[in-house]
Amino acid sequence: MEVTISTAELLTTDGTPLKQSLRKAERRNKLRAFLLVFPLLLFIVVTFVMPIGDMLLRSVDDSQINSVFPNTFNEYKSWDKEADELPPEEVYKSLFFELANGDKRQIGKALTRMNYAKSGWKSLIKKTTREIKKIVKKGEEPVSYKDTFIKINKLWADPTYWYSFNQMVNDRSSIYYWNAIDRTFDEDGDVALQDEKRRMYINTWFRTFKVSIYVTIFCLILGFPVAHLLANLPLRYSNLLMIFVLLPFWTSLLVRTTAWIVMLQQNGVINGILVWLGVISDDGRIQMVYNEAGTLIAMTQILLPFMILPLYSVMRVIPKSHMRAAQNLGAKPAMAFWRVYLPQTIPGISAGGLLVFVLAIGYFITPELVGGKDGKLIGSWIAYHLRTTLNWGLCAALGGILLGIMLIFYWLYNKIVGIDNIKLG
Amino acid sequence: MTIWFRPVIQASLQIFNMNNPSQSFVKFEKIDKSYDGEVLVVKNLNLDIAKGEFVTMLGPSGSGKTTTLMMLAGFETPTNGEIFLDTKPISKIPPYEREIGMVFQNYALFPHMTVEENLSFPLEVRKISKPETKEKVQKALDMVELGNFGTRFPAQLSGGQQQRVALARALVFEPRLVLMDEPLGALDKNLREQMQYEIKHIHDRIGITVVYVTHDQSEALTMSNRIAVFNDGVVQQLSTPDILYEKPENSFVAKFIGENNTLNGVVTDVNGETCTVELDNGFGKVKALKINVNEKGDKTQLSIRPERVTIDSTNPESNNFEGKIQELIYLGDHIRARLNVCGNDEFIVKVPNEGSFSHKEGDLLNLSWNPDDVRALDI
Repeated sequence: MEVTISTAELLTTDGTPLKQSLRKAERRNKLRAFLLVFPLLLFIVVTFVMPIGDMLLRSVDDSQINSVFPNTFNEYKSWDKEADELPPEEVYKSLFFELANGDKRQIGKALTRMNYAKSGWKSLIKKTTREIKKIVKKGEEPVSYKDTFIKINKLWADPTYWYSFNQMVNDRSSIYYWNAIDRTFDEDGDVALQDEKRRMYINTWFRTFKVSIYVTIFCLILGFPVAHLLANLPLRYSNLLMIFVLLPFWTSLLVRTTAWIVMLQQNGVINGILVWLGVISDDGRIQMVYNEAGTLIAMTQILLPFMILPLYSVMRVIPKSHMRAAQNLGAKPAMAFWRVYLPQTIPGISAGGLLVFVLAIGYFITPELVGGKDGKLIGSWIAYHLRTTLNWGLCAALGGILLGIMLIFYWLYNKIVGIDNIKLG
Repeated sequence: MTIWFRPVIQASLQIFNMNNPSQSFVKFEKIDKSYDGEVLVVKNLNLDIAKGEFVTMLGPSGSGKTTTLMMLAGFETPTNGEIFLDTKPISKIPPYEREIGMVFQNYALFPHMTVEENLSFPLEVRKISKPETKEKVQKALDMVELGNFGTRFPAQLSGGQQQRVALARALVFEPRLVLMDEPLGALDKNLREQMQYEIKHIHDRIGITVVYVTHDQSEALTMSNRIAVFNDGVVQQLSTPDILYEKPENSFVAKFIGENNTLNGVVTDVNGETCTVELDNGFGKVKALKINVNEKGDKTQLSIRPERVTIDSTNPESNNFEGKIQELIYLGDHIRARLNVCGNDEFIVKVPNEGSFSHKEGDLLNLSWNPDDVRALDI
């Protein structure tokens, strides 16, 4: 039998092409759907996409200082560090004129930036600028700009100052990211460890990870039985229990954190009870707050609902008959739980785990208040640089790394569990 | 040997056991069950089930049938009395050691395991070797005609297929008996009927003892050797399907199984196996079988099956009445007539469609019935 394949375009009854007609008919619906989500879309773009984009740009941006010292940086790049101990005469000359003629405000900003690279830059340049302005006023032209600089301040003969230029000579730079993990550029522009006294981020990163992982595990251990109870109790009891779970949401974070200080401090409630019970002696009171332990305890309590709720929503829909069926088939209760119940809660465990971990890794207020010196997390550094040193580039890099870590976890999660398995409620 | 070779031996045992209650395989003895200490859900249940029998517990929801099944499975404990399985009391044996298979209402297949994994689960926990497990799983799947579906997940199967997997899983570890808790409730009508026959055939083939729970009387009639009709926590009647339908012992069973016409009255005369009943409101006298009444003056409800009423013919002895047609429904093979007979507006008569029925709504019909087809029951 011969098979004929019709290649003619499908037409509607009226003779217009079917596809075109369908498009026309659907256009209105599409437009309406778009208009409905448009306000939200706009809101997200303005309040979320744009700030994050701006932050990510800031973390690699070094254009301000490059607009202040363009010639100096240009000449600097031709300095052969192997041959000469100090930069060539042209570098000094360019810097001389750019300091003499530059806009005061812009230079001020640039000085702040230079101080991030090496402390001491600010005062050195300020002093030098004053002297340079005097020389310019007198109308003298120095014979050697290099000697003039060194005469003004002998630090200009110290090559380490010049080496720090390496971190700034490019418009786009990865230096903030390297700084965020205690690395810097050495004299050759290669990545190297920071000075010992300036290494503070790596340890904090490790602590942030450690605390986040512990908090997630503690939340899981504490939350699993509660969620199970919630899902299996008769409604009137489970409602009451649910209120206890949600109660923290209705209380100010600050109040809760402060309450933990009251509970945990050396003259606090828990130590008091332990001493009263005779478990510890009066001078053996345990330090439970203003350290890592305090951060762990308080964060676990505060993030617990984020573990319980996804677990509960998953457990609620697991039919009770499954455990019965498993036992009926010959599995002891523990076996039935392990083989039948637990695997079905994995979407809840992973959703809760991801949620708690992501929240914990960027947590700020609680570790700041109860963490003391060795319980602070990376969020505290971000806040510090944001408000105190105004080093927004470093802030942005720290935030960017956090974002990257979360994306990696999300990706891993999607690979291992599958994002469509997530269940939040 | 494996269960697949049991049918021949089982069939002969079955006949032997069914007539010999002392050999009962499952025995409920004076079982009471209460959840709250105030209401008895099951009252003084005594029930014997022979080996190889297919027994259905039939009753409306809340009648205690599922509770009874759960006590047998071990998920509920009897408040009083003892259950014996193979002459041994089982109240203290946990469910996982009872060796009783069960098909749950919504199948309870494990969604994170494939069909094969679901079926090997009971074998794995019994530490049966891998090759043997594989073989048994395949045999069980072949039995329910799902041999090629082993690698699928339950969610990828239709309702009927899931049902079969549940059945295969309940049988694969060769349990001593199988319980089924309304297993066909979630299927549509056609599939339900098809599965009824399939379950019945599997039962016939492997000869395993089945205790089945349903509220669907036609399902019970189709599949069972015997049916226990439950109401209010009490077994109303335990009998074979034909006896239940034709010789109900009380008005609940008469009403619950099949269609049933009722007339109320008072016993005026008792004569051996029969009695005479004066209908309420002076509609006349009916001769009936004396079933659930004792003496003159007892109030009674008469039960007559629709197909036992004849029209346009007179009975020489008694039981001739007139009925006014309220409604006629054409059903192809027969015409269903709703009549007003002796004050009862819901009196149903089934007229075989022989092409000669020419009455209209509002017409009067002559009705009669044989005294042997009328049962005087409790009210």
